[in-house]
Amino acid sequence: MLLRLSLQSLANRRSTALLTILALAISIALFLGVERVRTGARASFANTIAGTDLIVGARSGSVPLLLYSVFRIGNATNNITWKSYRDIADRPEVAWTVPISLGDSHRGYRVMGTTDAYFEHYRFRGNASLTFAGGERFDDLFDTVLGADVAADLGYKVGDPIVVAHGLGAVGFTKHEDMPFRVSGILAKTGTPVDRTVHVSLKAIEAIHVDWQSGARTPGRSTGADAVRAMDLTPKSITAVLVGVTSKLKTFRLQRHINEYPEEPLLAVLPGVALQELWSLIGVAESALAGVSGMVVLTALIGMVAAILSSLSERRREMAILRAVGAGPSIVGCLMILEAGTLALAGAFTGTFLFLAGLAIAGPIVDQAYGLYLPFSLPSTRELLILGGFVCGGILSGLVPAIGAYRMSLADGMTVRQ
Amino acid sequence: MTEPFTPSAPPTVLLEHVAFQWPGSAFRFGVDRFRIEKAERVLLLGPSGGGKSTLLGLISGISQPQKGRIELLGTDLAKLSSAQRDRFRAEHLGVIFQMFNLLPYASAQDNVRLGLSFAPNRARRVRKEETPEEAAARLLTALGLPKNIQTGQPASLLSSGQQQRVAAARALIGDPELVIADEPTSALDGESQQAFLDLIFKQLDRSGSSLLMVSHDERLADWFDRVVRLTDIQRHEETPDAAAS
Repeated sequence: MLLRLSLQSLANRRSTALLTILALAISIALFLGVERVRTGARASFANTIAGTDLIVGARSGSVPLLLYSVFRIGNATNNITWKSYRDIADRPEVAWTVPISLGDSHRGYRVMGTTDAYFEHYRFRGNASLTFAGGERFDDLFDTVLGADVAADLGYKVGDPIVVAHGLGAVGFTKHEDMPFRVSGILAKTGTPVDRTVHVSLKAIEAIHVDWQSGARTPGRSTGADAVRAMDLTPKSITAVLVGVTSKLKTFRLQRHINEYPEEPLLAVLPGVALQELWSLIGVAESALAGVSGMVVLTALIGMVAAILSSLSERRREMAILRAVGAGPSIVGCLMILEAGTLALAGAFTGTFLFLAGLAIAGPIVDQAYGLYLPFSLPSTRELLILGGFVCGGILSGLVPAIGAYRMSLADGMTVRQ
Repeated sequence: MTEPFTPSAPPTVLLEHVAFQWPGSAFRFGVDRFRIEKAERVLLLGPSGGGKSTLLGLISGISQPQKGRIELLGTDLAKLSSAQRDRFRAEHLGVIFQMFNLLPYASAQDNVRLGLSFAPNRARRVRKEETPEEAAARLLTALGLPKNIQTGQPASLLSSGQQQRVAAARALIGDPELVIADEPTSALDGESQQAFLDLIFKQLDRSGSSLLMVSHDERLADWFDRVVRLTDIQRHEETPDAAAS
């Protein structure tokens, strides 16, 4: 009966109550959203590369190596000679290798030279391999495979011609116009830097540099495409290697071997460790985001307390009646806590609903646009704990008006001085 | 029309040498002796601001006197904890205010049943004969509130006369030993005032409860067993014999 009455009392002040619930709901939806984006971003990030046991490059740091080899950010300080690569690839612990060669660009997108093994062994998001939205792997020397974003942004279709520029700028720089390429395939969206990459074969990278020396075209020399085809296009150096081992147990042995490779300073890193290291750098922003949304929740709770407190004076009569029929001041106080708890609970439910609705609508869009995969699922244990904590916080903040009501009803008794 | 008092029954209300002062206020209130017998109907006359509400607060156990002794039905209120006093009030007292008696958002029915919410014994007494809903409906009907407005609509939609009847029903449900009314008729015009008192008294006849009504309206005097002026009990020793006509 008392519960019903307190709900009726709340319904009697429904406009304030609804606004309070709305504020609470939006704050909790925001908080849950940020949490989901946070975990989603972290997972997406960690899922950028999978299935690879070691990344090998010229000796620098693990984070720079990860940045240029996987995220296509920045440049390699040095290359690996083809001989070193062969040595690594021939080691007994090595199951497969994917050599990659970076340094060219196409209209702002990185061009990456690699081999068939790349499509074979590159994994992302758990254990997903690259799939083709159209076309197929590069077959010819002048074939390219485009990432989903490249194809979508530049409007390429399978079969289109494409010109690769030397260097990394979007425009300017000299173009390798004498070596026209053809789009042989377009990859499906992955949500990783692969989407923004133009893939060609390692030989193609060599081919477009045939007439170039020290980064500039040799004057007066121009080798035709057919002549290039006839040349030995084994690369002299590559940028990095993705390595898979035959057994996980051998990873560390191989890593040590590579790091101590006598003929050239090399660096082998475990992708997971390097990703962790990188995440710890950019994780600060993530914490700041969580902090801000936490403050929003706190603000909403304070707003709720303010709303209940401001209703107290107009509810003195209500409290006097309750006192007259025998309710103790603690019961009057409890009603305030009950009210705060009800509001918080309603806010939590509405907020969760808003959050799930938002996720259902925005999730696929975010995945499409930013490659951030936000799975639509019911609240996780962690999110339920957050919700529970929020409701507890609501009940606790109900203590403030509860104490006010307690004092007031003690002082007023049955008589209300208005 | 005074009923013969059973000598063994303790007085419903007994105040002796009571002194009270609101904390932080200069207003002092003192009653040397004040008594209400079982089933007695007492009209307490006094101007507003004369301490009537203070007296009601003391009797209902919401305020505690600094000095003296207040007994209800033979129970010394000072011996009870504040929670016990709240419970005692719920079980044995019915209160009608001057106005704004009801939870405006609750139905008449719910407002009446609120009178039993904190009084399990009183509720049990009701349940021996009928459900609380039936008791509330019976009382409301007896007090002249049409059935169709007893439930389903908030009390705030009722007229002030109807609201007072609901308040009376809340005070009367479960037959508490003492009904306290603080100027319950001041919001009503003369005719409905009389009708209202008539209805209340009929219920009191049935339950045998005592009534303490506070008013400034001397015309009500004829209805009561005894009339007490607040100024009298505050100044002099006051006994039922001295005041009884």
